[in-house]
Amino acid sequence: MPQNHEYEVLIVGAGGAGLMAGLYASRGAKTAVLSKLYPTRSHTGAAQGGIGAALGNLEEDHAEWHTFDTVKGSDYLGDQDAIEFMCQEAIKVVYELEHMGLPFSRLADGKIAQRRFGGHTNNVTKKAVQRSCYAADRTGHMILQTLYQQCIKNNVTFYDEYQVIDLLLENGAATGVVAMQLATGELHVFQARAVVFATGGHGRVWSLTSNAYAYTGDGVAITLRRGLPAEDMEFFQFHPTGIYKLGILITEGVRGEGGILLNKNGERFMEGYAPTVKDLASRDVISRAMHQQIRQGLGIDGRDYLHLDVRPETVNKYAALDGRVRSDGGPIQATAEELLAKLPDIVDFCRTYLGVDPVKEPMPVQPTAHYAMGGIPTNMFGEVVVDRDNTVMPGLYAAGECACVSVHGANRLGTNSLVDITVFGKHAGMRAAEFASGAAFQPLPADPAEFARAQFDRLLNSAGRERVTDISNDMKRVMMDEVGVFRTQSGMEAALKKIGELQERYLQVKIDDHGKVFNTDLLNAWELGNLLEIAKVTAAAALARQESRGGHAREDFPTRDDQQWLKHSLAWLEDGKVRLDYKPVVITNYQPKERVY
Amino acid sequence: MIPRLEKTMQDVSLKILRYNPEADAKPHYETYALQAEPTDRILDLLEQVKGYQDGSLTFRRSCAHGVCGSDAMRINGRNMLACKVLLKDLAATKITIEPLLGLKVMKDLVVDMEPFFESYRSVLPYLINDAVPADGKEYLQSPDQRERFDDTTKCILCAACTTACPSFWSDGRFVGPAAVVNAHRFIFDSRDQGAAQRLEILNEQMGVWRCRTAFNCTEACPRDIHVTQAIAEVKRAITTGRLD
Repeated sequence: MPQNHEYEVLIVGAGGAGLMAGLYASRGAKTAVLSKLYPTRSHTGAAQGGIGAALGNLEEDHAEWHTFDTVKGSDYLGDQDAIEFMCQEAIKVVYELEHMGLPFSRLADGKIAQRRFGGHTNNVTKKAVQRSCYAADRTGHMILQTLYQQCIKNNVTFYDEYQVIDLLLENGAATGVVAMQLATGELHVFQARAVVFATGGHGRVWSLTSNAYAYTGDGVAITLRRGLPAEDMEFFQFHPTGIYKLGILITEGVRGEGGILLNKNGERFMEGYAPTVKDLASRDVISRAMHQQIRQGLGIDGRDYLHLDVRPETVNKYAALDGRVRSDGGPIQATAEELLAKLPDIVDFCRTYLGVDPVKEPMPVQPTAHYAMGGIPTNMFGEVVVDRDNTVMPGLYAAGECACVSVHGANRLGTNSLVDITVFGKHAGMRAAEFASGAAFQPLPADPAEFARAQFDRLLNSAGRERVTDISNDMKRVMMDEVGVFRTQSGMEAALKKIGELQERYLQVKIDDHGKVFNTDLLNAWELGNLLEIAKVTAAAALARQESRGGHAREDFPTRDDQQWLKHSLAWLEDGKVRLDYKPVVITNYQPKERVY
Repeated sequence: MIPRLEKTMQDVSLKILRYNPEADAKPHYETYALQAEPTDRILDLLEQVKGYQDGSLTFRRSCAHGVCGSDAMRINGRNMLACKVLLKDLAATKITIEPLLGLKVMKDLVVDMEPFFESYRSVLPYLINDAVPADGKEYLQSPDQRERFDDTTKCILCAACTTACPSFWSDGRFVGPAAVVNAHRFIFDSRDQGAAQRLEILNEQMGVWRCRTAFNCTEACPRDIHVTQAIAEVKRAITTGRLD
């Protein structure tokens, strides 16, 4: 029999969104946070460049400008009421993080330091604005550590290394989750009045990714299996600057500090694609430009990568050409020491994995699968909504990368992921606690762990010979080739067919480890099942959307079509088939217009 | 430079200390033969064994680029993150991999991290200051004040330092270098008001004086934190009562 636990609020995931939700929910309700990793291992810790907030510490800035930039960055698919809320709240949450102890880098006057970032502009001059609040190039690490520290201070209850397997719904409401304790292999049932999913993204669907091994889309896959929809899954962001062949992220902050993308002829090719902000255009725009350069044979040595150059002489040369100046009006004179101080981890990654010193040599980079704009549909309070009318599922919340509010629409701006997790993690936690104080526990089903156990039994009892690694590699390759930066109808049809075949092979998967203790063999296989379902929903939603918008670029439908497609997709998995529906985008102040940088 | 282009596969022998508590009375070595690129991470080699030879091989990993702290282990006798050391860095093709020392082995390369986190929690690793600025904005801190504790903010709690420490091996109740590093991060933060409390904790029997300055911690740190220096600064603060 599984062990039973009872909490008013249960949070699944302990990255930035889960910890923020845990902090806030535990102020008003008996709360536990469970996580498949130790909290400080969460992928929030890999975020580098900063958290966007219009503090205006260096120059004029406004939350309204941040709002418009985010709307435009989203290619007008973001919900404008939620974006406005997020950008206003961003300012409060950055100060709050600082009060919690977050060691932001500082300006000479003692205030939080801010840097330029892609797509963030002064709305009057259209030039890049210094909005990204940063702690060197390890802002996510500092957020994760700071929030975990605060959870310790506030005695938040944790279940570390518990893998969530199933969500329990009863009477049309959430009533808990089933999780496996890694150390013992035992299933645990957590009954709760409110459940918050903060389970992160799913970049492991693609072969080249900046994402952690843990990013297997568990929350989205679990809710899909329980009959809930996933929103805007066709939108996945490819970050322009992943380390060649490894996919490890090189922060946009490198370009924020004046770094330039160059092709094999040493040309600054972004001038041709985004004449005003050039190398600081939105990520989707730059990734497409890089892809086109590579296709035209302009990759370095004709290969599939380009150079990101942040050598001081390069930074200073292009700063002078662009007419960029220091805040005191003097010329930008970057030095190697200054760049080392602002980008220490980037320098370390390049030295470790490439043997390249970025202040002396350019870095070889290519677009890398980075961020899920889509996910579990929620409203701006973190409440999960389950249909085109935004009907709320009582007691169920989602926040962070696994959720789709939608504030990122078709393309997320850099720095807005850290804004998203902190703002919506906080509000989901508050709402969940508020709901829990007025709600009763829903009853548990007779055998709550039945579905979780059945999923494991099927994997453990398979008589097949298929290896998880082989199926996984085939999925990643076809998704990279056919559902990547550029997409076509025939390619996506081939991808869907392939994924169907892989799901058949998955039924024949072979597990070597039949023990209870720390059975990561079994869990890796289970995670692959999640990725396959997410790949299928992603490809199906992408195939259906016959336009190009943000991160979804169709070669056969190269332009945005607001007439037909200014709407969010909702995808359900029904008997292994994807059913699609659509719901309107919330538009308040900003009518869609052409998007140029 | 043209990175990672030539196919230069090498034969590698990976000798791993295995232990399955459900089957084995005691740990034993298993050796795996595989082919790898010089630029492969040791983590890639472990994944290759798990993926193609023995799925029961068990280890923790997540980010795979040295920032999450999951995969600290002993590689050829020294504590490292498996994702942050490349085959070519080892200058060897016979590689021995063992779990961290001083923590109970749960299975293969997975150790019980609870005692480590308990020590971490014991030093009050959070900002202590209830006087939020009246204007609601940030506490002001000069770049120099911020720089004072920069090094110790880099800690990822991987336990490579603590489990390399001879004093920790001889008595697991010693708080260990990682806990001292995290205390240092707040003791020298100009915004913090809890230094006296932390210094009192670290002045106790299982505190900072157990350190015998072996420097193993500094050598083991994958984030290049000057751990021994941080410990020395905490010792000096206890002795002098000054926080400069």
